[in-house]
Amino acid sequence: MADIKEIIAKRVAKELKDGDVVNLGIGLPTMVANYLPEGVHIVLQSENGIMGMGPAAEPGKEDVDIINAGAQYVTINPGSMYFDSAVSFGIIRGGHVDATILGALEVDQMGNLANWIVPGKMVPGMGGAMDLVVGAKKVIIAMQHTQKGRHKILDTCTLPYTAIKVVDMIVTEMGVMEITPEGIMLTEINPEYTVEQVREATQCKLIISPGLKDMEF
Amino acid sequence: MIDKIKTADEAVAVIQDGASIMVGGFMACGTPEILIDALVRKNVKNLTIICNDAGVPGRGVGKLLTNGQIKILIASHVGLNPEVAQRMNTDVEEDKLECILVPQGTLAERIRAGGTGLGGFLTPTGVGTIVAEGKQVLNVGGRDYLLELPLRADFAFIRGSVTDKFGNTTYNATTRNFNPMMAAAADHVIVGTCNIVETGEIDPNNVVTSGIYVDSIVGGEKQWQI
Repeated sequence: MADIKEIIAKRVAKELKDGDVVNLGIGLPTMVANYLPEGVHIVLQSENGIMGMGPAAEPGKEDVDIINAGAQYVTINPGSMYFDSAVSFGIIRGGHVDATILGALEVDQMGNLANWIVPGKMVPGMGGAMDLVVGAKKVIIAMQHTQKGRHKILDTCTLPYTAIKVVDMIVTEMGVMEITPEGIMLTEINPEYTVEQVREATQCKLIISPGLKDMEF
Repeated sequence: MIDKIKTADEAVAVIQDGASIMVGGFMACGTPEILIDALVRKNVKNLTIICNDAGVPGRGVGKLLTNGQIKILIASHVGLNPEVAQRMNTDVEEDKLECILVPQGTLAERIRAGGTGLGGFLTPTGVGTIVAEGKQVLNVGGRDYLLELPLRADFAFIRGSVTDKFGNTTYNATTRNFNPMMAAAADHVIVGTCNIVETGEIDPNNVVTSGIYVDSIVGGEKQWQI
């Protein structure tokens, strides 16, 4: 099977439409920009102050004044703009970002998200995540289905929330799930897995879409 | 015209133990290192630092942390500086750091409110989370919002790219981040800048922070060397 992160990033990339304004989280979500379908051009927002961010800077060609929110040296595309953090989060909370893609520690069947703190262990801070998931029109979680065998898709999150009722879609190496008023619905499945395997890897009830398709990546 | 140009040590001379200081920068990109270094030399203690993050060891507010000068850190993200966790969990009382985490957009807007005469603002960010603890929730048009209050400080450290002798300042690329809001939200504002030019040399269309906010200007800020 292809690299798990690559499968997830490729599938998430298919969710994006030409012209979308998108904010990508650190890590796996950043890879999504590498797999955009032919003809799809998106505008990347970086919450530290860029609209129209380009790829990472080539080694030796970094401009130290241009970083992304993960403190990596990046480039900008033609038509880009810099702004301050108040403007940046005005864009985010104001609903001007079409999609945000980020990882999660836990997601539950209500669409609640936990991804910023493990009390007593890891207290990195929420950064811009709380604003992003509340403000973006579509919240896509890109993550591995389980963490070392431990469930991440749950009845109820056990870790402190990043936000409540915000997740629209979860993409893992096993498939694609949508958050519906009835619960989490599996809409696409990676043919490498059976429905039963996905159920076992998911703690909460999993609704199987009547139109269940093979996951494309 | 008032002469605002000072050396870094002269500029930070007014800062005493226990002061609150807003420091511009995002992972130290846009932090005036020249002012941080002077504050390390002055070695004032028990500071409250308001900054997006904790920088990294050896860079930005990370230097103040290493030197044991910060009592309270108000930030949105501290995960890339391992010293924060060490100092939060230490048993040595004088080294103990209190870290108050604020969502990044809320932090930016609280500082903006502090500098623009607002009594606070309503944000959907943090509703239903531990960020909402102790805060008033108001329902407007069917949606819940948290009442967030303005934030001000005694001092602000601003990092300019070009500053004229009146204090008018521009910021290159992503060095802008929190700097413009902080320049308006502190009682005494010090700009550490890469280039000082004559008043009038910056096209008024490009000035981001007006010199009216600025009390002291320190030249000699350098671009970060990778």
